[in-house]
Amino acid sequence: MWRLIRIELFKTFKKPRTYIAFAAIAAIVFLVQLAMYADGRQYMGFMLQSVEQSFQVSGVVLNGYFICFLILQTLLVHVPLLIALVAGDMIAGEANMGTLRLLITKPVSRKGLLLSKFLASSIYTVLLLSFMAFLSLFVSIIIFGKGDLMIMKSEMVVILDSKDVLWRYFAAFGFAGISMITVAALAFLLSVFAENSIGPIVSAMSIIIVFTILTSMDIPFFNVLKPFLFTNHMLNWKGFFERPVDYGEVLRSAFILVAHIVIFVSLTFYIFQKKDILS
Amino acid sequence: MKFLSGMCVCIFFFTVTGFTQGEAELVKKVRAKLDKVNDYQASGRMKIDVSFINAPESEVSVYFKKPNKFKVRKQDGISLLPKSGVSVNLNSILVDENYTIVAAGSAIIKGITAKVVKLLPLGENSDIVLTTLYIDEKALVIRKSSVTTKESGTYEMEMDYGKFIAWGLPDKVVFSFSTKDYKLPKGITFEYEKGGKKQEQLKDKKGRVEITYTDYIINKGINDTVFTTDK
Repeated sequence: MWRLIRIELFKTFKKPRTYIAFAAIAAIVFLVQLAMYADGRQYMGFMLQSVEQSFQVSGVVLNGYFICFLILQTLLVHVPLLIALVAGDMIAGEANMGTLRLLITKPVSRKGLLLSKFLASSIYTVLLLSFMAFLSLFVSIIIFGKGDLMIMKSEMVVILDSKDVLWRYFAAFGFAGISMITVAALAFLLSVFAENSIGPIVSAMSIIIVFTILTSMDIPFFNVLKPFLFTNHMLNWKGFFERPVDYGEVLRSAFILVAHIVIFVSLTFYIFQKKDILS
Repeated sequence: MKFLSGMCVCIFFFTVTGFTQGEAELVKKVRAKLDKVNDYQASGRMKIDVSFINAPESEVSVYFKKPNKFKVRKQDGISLLPKSGVSVNLNSILVDENYTIVAAGSAIIKGITAKVVKLLPLGENSDIVLTTLYIDEKALVIRKSSVTTKESGTYEMEMDYGKFIAWGLPDKVVFSFSTKDYKLPKGITFEYEKGGKKQEQLKDKKGRVEITYTDYIINKGINDTVFTTDK
């Protein structure tokens, strides 16, 4: 199996489009860091306006932990699009190139082939998130230093002790890993239906965009739907930055996401097993 | 009859004046005690209890320098101090003598009888409208104070004393104050309504900050930069 995964990873990293996601993440993180370095005080002044009406704030609020949180908030909503770019290409890309039929004539089971492809997509996802974690957390710490993390929510300010922050980031990135693998599983499922990788990539992106819009719109009708949207549960990485952490809610969301992964991948296996491969 | 009324007025006047003079003397003594402290650096633990702030109890360093420089700092961290209570220290309450003293009887604070003294500022531009002090006559310390301001409402301080009572410095200060509304648009904070049960609105506008001091370093000199830098 490991050999198959290595072959799939080799194929994935041979394609230039794989690196688009890494370049995009590096560019966004770098731009946020540059903007905060140049103009962070003004931004903080705006964010702290409401707190400073009643309180005098002492200490360095604009630190590496805060920058990382800011990057994650802005970026994690968009990373699924980059994941779909690779996962949606896994099966449809082979079909498009006409190599899928050739592949299944080899002495490898369809299940084995699919599993290796899905695991390769998952490894790519984890690598992308690790790259993002390295840039947004460790590089930000190097540039801005460490300190307490102050999170400005709409109706609450949460302050976390600097010694109590790092594990939360590891947990949040772990949770983000599950979220992004859910997206990869969705794109992977859609990939079975197409002969061309554009279709599943755009379909996965469209589903995520529609669900994200439904998640972000504060309209009572949509609020009823929200608990059933996996994009809604993907945002629960923020649960690790509550004090205390509501483990019940975070684990529930993680479980729902894992269930989505299982359903998407099972469906992919089922459909692929029955599929007449013509290309 | 006229003579009797005149006598009553005179007795009342001299009694009140006598009382006030006694209270003025008391305030003077308390002030003299506090005046012995030119500066201090104290270590302690700070606990914030405000409806819209969720912060852990933390170790802090507190700095004071005459006349009214005051700073609370958390090592490598963030600390919040109510604006109205930049004078969470007593030394800055009696910083000048520009007030009229009115005696207001006595009260019992945590089992200790204290003289109640009201200070009315004489300056027109003073933000403080009225200060009420509850002074422990025996120990010559302020047990409780209540300050009414034009801008920040009323705030109260309650003090417990221990080994630094000789300097008039408390072991514990509980500061109660009014807070203003806190609200940020959800679009800025990237928060989305998750559906399901609604979170309760936070409405309590009263806040409390508690500082428990563990140690004081008194009159050893403090650099002014401590009060201006954040690091």
